[in-house]
Amino acid sequence: MVPINYYVLLSALLFTTGVIGVLTRRNVMIMFMSIELMLNSANLALVAFAQARNDIEGQILTFFVITVAAAEVAVGLALLVGIFRTKRTINVDDISTMKG
Amino acid sequence: MELVVFLITALVSVACAIAMILSKNAVHSALFLVLNFSAVAILYLLLHAPFLAMIQITVYAGAIMVLFLFVIMLLGAEQGEGNDPIRWQQPVAIVLGLLLLAEGGLVFFRSGNIIPTPGNGTAFPTDPGATGGIAELLFTKYLLPFEMTSILLLVALLGAVVLTIKSREKEGAS
Repeated sequence: MVPINYYVLLSALLFTTGVIGVLTRRNVMIMFMSIELMLNSANLALVAFAQARNDIEGQILTFFVITVAAAEVAVGLALLVGIFRTKRTINVDDISTMKG
Repeated sequence: MELVVFLITALVSVACAIAMILSKNAVHSALFLVLNFSAVAILYLLLHAPFLAMIQITVYAGAIMVLFLFVIMLLGAEQGEGNDPIRWQQPVAIVLGLLLLAEGGLVFFRSGNIIPTPGNGTAFPTDPGATGGIAELLFTKYLLPFEMTSILLLVALLGAVVLTIKSREKEGAS
């Protein structure tokens, strides 16, 4: 039986990696993938707590998070395709039309 | 034995996450992320969540990442990342990220009773392979959220279609 602390620590490590990815990379696809990584690490913490509490409702919440992530990816990638068609770039620094 | 499996899988998942944000090619990043998701699926199996492990493989590593790879290759977005115009941003971002990790770890490990005691909610089914517990809760207590996710998926589908059709019309007009 692995202690739950290890799972939470791993989840925190993965989340931090995702945060650093969003902050440092300028390729919008990799930023998007880092967001997926963060959602996934939150899922891992949820499942670990569900196991520690011996309560299956945490797994149900994870199920909903996965659904929302799938919807987010569909809309987000459609937006990216639209942006790429008009701006011809995937560098977020070039997408600054609304900057004042 | 379980601890050895956990440590190896955790090492693979963290290494893949770091490789994902470091690799220059977006296709390599996506493939590292697939490996990371698969490692997390193994961790779900260790946590007695076999249904979620399979969902993780099919939905995340399968559907979502195929969508990502498809869009990366469609746009030809493998490289295309110039130099960062703000030089000092990257080290500051790394320091802030590590600070976030330290803060979260401090909060979690200093306050002893965050680690929950077994609650009085719905217990795990005794057969670890059974997904009946999840199904029963999903279609009784969580029926309304479940139906709302179906509406959410429908709206996302419509949104994706509308977004791509509009840009195509504009290209045709110009």
